[in-house]
Amino acid sequence: MSTGTPAAAEGKGTLRVVQLYPRDMNIYGDWGNALVLQRRIGWHGYTSELLEYNVGDPFPDDVDIIVGGGGQDSGQLVIQDDLQSRAAALKDLAEDGTPMLVICGLYQLFGRFFKTRTGAVIPGIGILDVETHGTDERLIGNVKVSTPEFGEVLGYENHSGQTTLGSGVRPLGTVAKGTGNNSNDGHEGARYRNIVASYLHGSLLPKNPAIADFLIRTAAERKFGTFEPGQPDDRFAELAREHAARRPR
Amino acid sequence: MPLLGYIRIMFSFSVPLGKLVRRASRLRGGGSALPGLVVEKIDPGFMRRTLSTLPHGVAVVSGTNGKTTTTKMVVELLESQGLKVFTNRTGSNFTRGVAAALLGEVDWRGRLKADIAVLELDEAHAVHFVNSVPPRYCLLLNVLRDQLDRFGEIDKTAQLLQHIAAKTTGTVVLNREDPRVARIAETLTGQEVRYFGLDDSLLGTFPNDDDMRAAPGSPATAGLPEKPAADVVLRKVGADSADFEYDGVTVTTGMKLRGVYNIFNAAAALALARSICGSGAATADHESLLEALSQVAPAFGRGESLTVDGQPLDLVLVKNPSGFRLGLKSFPAGGYATMIAINDNYADGRDMSWLWDVEFDSLREEGVDQLTGSRAYDMALRLQYDDVPTGAVQPEIAPALAAFIREAQGKPKRIFCTYTAMLAIRRELSKITTVEVVS
Repeated sequence: MSTGTPAAAEGKGTLRVVQLYPRDMNIYGDWGNALVLQRRIGWHGYTSELLEYNVGDPFPDDVDIIVGGGGQDSGQLVIQDDLQSRAAALKDLAEDGTPMLVICGLYQLFGRFFKTRTGAVIPGIGILDVETHGTDERLIGNVKVSTPEFGEVLGYENHSGQTTLGSGVRPLGTVAKGTGNNSNDGHEGARYRNIVASYLHGSLLPKNPAIADFLIRTAAERKFGTFEPGQPDDRFAELAREHAARRPR
Repeated sequence: MPLLGYIRIMFSFSVPLGKLVRRASRLRGGGSALPGLVVEKIDPGFMRRTLSTLPHGVAVVSGTNGKTTTTKMVVELLESQGLKVFTNRTGSNFTRGVAAALLGEVDWRGRLKADIAVLELDEAHAVHFVNSVPPRYCLLLNVLRDQLDRFGEIDKTAQLLQHIAAKTTGTVVLNREDPRVARIAETLTGQEVRYFGLDDSLLGTFPNDDDMRAAPGSPATAGLPEKPAADVVLRKVGADSADFEYDGVTVTTGMKLRGVYNIFNAAAALALARSICGSGAATADHESLLEALSQVAPAFGRGESLTVDGQPLDLVLVKNPSGFRLGLKSFPAGGYATMIAINDNYADGRDMSWLWDVEFDSLREEGVDQLTGSRAYDMALRLQYDDVPTGAVQPEIAPALAAFIREAQGKPKRIFCTYTAMLAIRRELSKITTVEVVS
């Protein structure tokens, strides 16, 4: 690293991103989040390696970032047992500070349980102190969230499960437009260690590069002790944010 | 006056009244559904009563992609067989739109002079429609990721289509290659089921949402029984021809339609037309059926080619990831100037996530000249992450279109656009060239 060649050309090291269950939990542009991590890692001068983890695969070693998305009810049923079998490993990674982004369906399953409308209880893996209750009401539309860490976060929600946060987590932010976790408390998403959990699609990371860079910075600091950022061109992201913020619910 | 008599008089006035409202709203240049709303409010049985008199009944066409072009094809195929067809041509594909279209066709006593009605219906509205008017035939095209913000989930959309099939009294025509559609057959008891299908060699050009980033064995395809025999199979697609197999023979026919997915929908239309007119030896007139198929032009905005400044300008409607990917595949960028217009109005779908499920690598070499629409910058951002060079970004459609035409002078042009962006573009284009006016 100290040979004097430009860091970007030489490479500052490799970050391994694992996308959880892309086969079954990959809807509403979840791929966008994986793509943004992959490209921005490169723009910051690091090398990215994107790995997919599906039901029955061996779990990859040396995981630096984990990203997971939403699915239909059928997809959630398919992954349920496999996710339980990986619960301990994922919990260790989470407690150890591995940066993770979980959206919608996997946000719910990272919690304690999901209770369906009919009363059936689907156990989560309990990494996040949250619980989710299925409802008849579908919360749909553009969302604007004020967050202490990432400024204004923009996205699109589409869920009928309503999530309540326990004392072990804090909300990602306060909803300025839209509904968020549930129709009562005005919060959206959850934060715990280096996990960012959210209902927001959009995809989330393209228009919220601050969250993408938080995940990358945390991963780099954990692996290399330091993060040397590059200079991604975020002009389109800024303009897309401005225009998105003005769109109706 | 006895109540019954009063109601009768109300009914006898509902059609003339509706027709008057229709005339008035057309003079105003307004929407196509209002008169339908009026007649449905004062005479809720109007549609069922009118449609139930048709000798061949009602055929419903539904699914996520290709309804408009397929319905148009079915109508032209049936007309080639001498049938008088009623259809909802205005693209107002929900119940009120059907009632409004009916008002335009019935005489002042409410009688419809037609042999059959072929109706394009949006999945959710089709459910309401079939509950009040059970169709004799239905054609179910596909279930793709479209406007999920409206219907919730793909599986839910499949349930809507299943309901349409269950309410059908005669023949259900299904896409053999779409697992969610093909599976509907398992749930049916009384209906005749027919399929349209694709040659294995063409399957690769139709990525479905499950294949998108998935290995085989995803939930939708797992456990599906062996493919059933199809009534019509699309075997091959040439530059301006296609091979269809039916009744055990393969025939080659010229095609005006462009885009593989449009031609696959031609197989769907053929299968439905054969269900209605009789297939095999019973088919009224094979030659004229094929001739009609070869002459079908795309519905407006569905790969339609206009002429601007002596150069072709293609309009390609994109409204979901699969449609966009198919559009990019069917209309290669080479030699063309490209514009992309993305709106996020209700009819387009408000969630921009779908843009991230489309790969734009195929545009990298030529780049995109103009980006426009209310979400032009979302599109610019999406292209940035696929390393596709972009020219100007201008959310206002009129100036963007003018700049595109000016700067790409002498070059063939192509515009990929969402639904409401397409309507706006057509309005602008109608000022400088001839485009079909759709009321």
